Amino acid sequence: MLLRLEPRQTSSKWMQYATPLIAAALTVITGVILFTALGRDPFLALYTFFVRPLTSVYGIGEWAIKATPLLLCAVGLSVGFRGNVWNIGAEGQLTMGAICGGGVALAFWGNEGIWLLPLMLIAGAAGGLAWGAIPAILKNRFNANEILTSLMLTYVAIQFLGYLVHGPWRDPDGFNFPETRLFNDYGLMPVLVEGTRLHAGVILAVIVTIIVWIFMSRTFQGFKVQVAGQAPAAAAYAGYSQKGVVLLSFLVSGALAGLAGISEVSGTIGQLQPVVSPGYGFAAIIVAFLGRLHPFGIVLASLLMSLMYLGGESLQINLNLPLAVTGVFQGLLLFFVLGSEVLVRYRIKLTATPKEA
Amino acid sequence: MDGMDTAIAILVGTIRAGTPLVFAALGELIAEKSGVLNLGVEGMMLVGAVAGFIATVLTGNPYFGILAAIAAGILLSLVFGTLTQVLLTNQVATGLALTIFGIGMSAFIGLDFVGTPIEGLKPIPIPFLADIPIVGPLLFNHDALIYFSIVMFALVSWFLFHSRGGLILRAVGESHHAAHAIGYSVVKIRFLAVMFGGAMAGLAGAYLSLVYTPQWAENMTAGRGWIALALVVFATWRPGRVLIGAYLFGGITILSLHVQAVGYDVSSHLVATLPYLATVIVLAMISRDATKIRLNAPASLGKPFHPGA
Repeated sequence: MLLRLEPRQTSSKWMQYATPLIAAALTVITGVILFTALGRDPFLALYTFFVRPLTSVYGIGEWAIKATPLLLCAVGLSVGFRGNVWNIGAEGQLTMGAICGGGVALAFWGNEGIWLLPLMLIAGAAGGLAWGAIPAILKNRFNANEILTSLMLTYVAIQFLGYLVHGPWRDPDGFNFPETRLFNDYGLMPVLVEGTRLHAGVILAVIVTIIVWIFMSRTFQGFKVQVAGQAPAAAAYAGYSQKGVVLLSFLVSGALAGLAGISEVSGTIGQLQPVVSPGYGFAAIIVAFLGRLHPFGIVLASLLMSLMYLGGESLQINLNLPLAVTGVFQGLLLFFVLGSEVLVRYRIKLTATPKEA
Repeated sequence: MDGMDTAIAILVGTIRAGTPLVFAALGELIAEKSGVLNLGVEGMMLVGAVAGFIATVLTGNPYFGILAAIAAGILLSLVFGTLTQVLLTNQVATGLALTIFGIGMSAFIGLDFVGTPIEGLKPIPIPFLADIPIVGPLLFNHDALIYFSIVMFALVSWFLFHSRGGLILRAVGESHHAAHAIGYSVVKIRFLAVMFGGAMAGLAGAYLSLVYTPQWAENMTAGRGWIALALVVFATWRPGRVLIGAYLFGGITILSLHVQAVGYDVSSHLVATLPYLATVIVLAMISRDATKIRLNAPASLGKPFHPGA
């Protein structure tokens, strides 16, 4: 008995919807095995991980808050991934967005106005856009691999933030803690629901998602990106600029990651710290794939990923399990998402004897 | 003699800082020569580092640690091999997944070992040669892994360009359809190449946690796996240039540490950006000649192979 893969004539529509569910189910099953191996009650652990964080209004607010930066980053990344452009430096662009937006808040500290928050958002998006433009320019001008350059620039951005909060931007009245001043009220995202931390960044993320969906499915530019990804030869023949696709992908994903950064800083943290993100920019890569690179799929995927962050914290608080469980689950989920992808493009056939293809 | 001592210290530090890059980049070189792009080097290094460290703590013998690190690297590379070679997943995305998983997994299993002290690998002075002034401490007073990295370099260079196996490996990387038509098992050869990459990445991780800074800390590779990937491109897929590139980067790391030690008042955060900035700049400089990259890169790099297709 041997398993054999047989290419499908057309990719399976049914499987396109089923595979994310299969992947999520396999992750849960692996979770049961893992928790059992750790000597914990697997069902209590799963309950603590997936359900318990959502049993209060405050918890649901946290769920949406954590989904916000994931959604913003992943929707941006999906544009590039569809065009076969690999920006994996969203974490760095997010950090740069936080730095630039936060810098505006600090620059106008003491004479704020209602205009401050919009200005911070613009500066944040611009910071992420500029940081994202570097790998795109290096790719277009010097043919440098964008995966490596965007990732290297992430390390640079994180160290730069460390330099700022330890050095020139440190709060003068902060007892030498590596933090900036707290932003003034004008520099904070308005809270939407009393009793939660749910802030207006969520609305921003939803609007952006809809805009990206319209862009990708209803505009000529979006069409060019898709053709460049699925059929590079056809794109070249049609005269679509490959360089244009690279630049556009990086500018969009960079700007959205930057927006995620400033939204996070002005919405939940309220100041700049050495660490502003627990890896949202990297997790967004998983979110983009789990959502099958479609804006609405990504909304669901970012909610699931957000729940994984909350679940990790919940396990730590309630069952004294390490926070690193979240990272393990994230990796597993991406493995299963990618692995089950094979079902979309191939049929699995059982053959009685090994057959030479 | 004080200046001379400093110079020797810097050069020895350079070799030590470059060695994990030598291991990881040579492993990735073999994988890429077979046509597989494995972006999971960072993840395999981390899992190798933590496995090596834990095995050393438990057995008290760093050489068992090294074996454990190799095994862990291979184990993770098997996951990558299965996904990309059997289930035909996208290699870029799968490599990223491997890194994300490796970061999470190593943090998870290493949790109880953060801050545990161990006795790292000791230098093995080579009799007589180590006593030669200047040259002795520079070349003949290193730990076993540094000597081994040179042996591996020689082996990889010989294998790739002077052995039948190397010729087959390169053929698979250049045109998997042609290699398949002649009767070579593309998937099997690629699996072996990926496993070698995993073993070498595991070794690179072990060097960090057993020798370079003998301890375990979450995410301790700090992007070295990615620098190793960049090195393979810098080197235009040639082992000799991989070696030179690895030591150059080791040198940049050590020099930036010395700048601070000498007393210049530079932020440690800004200094820490130097190796990454250098990687970006060198990568842009080397890649500028697109034809050179195209001629040297394995033609099937990153492309999935399905015999029926």
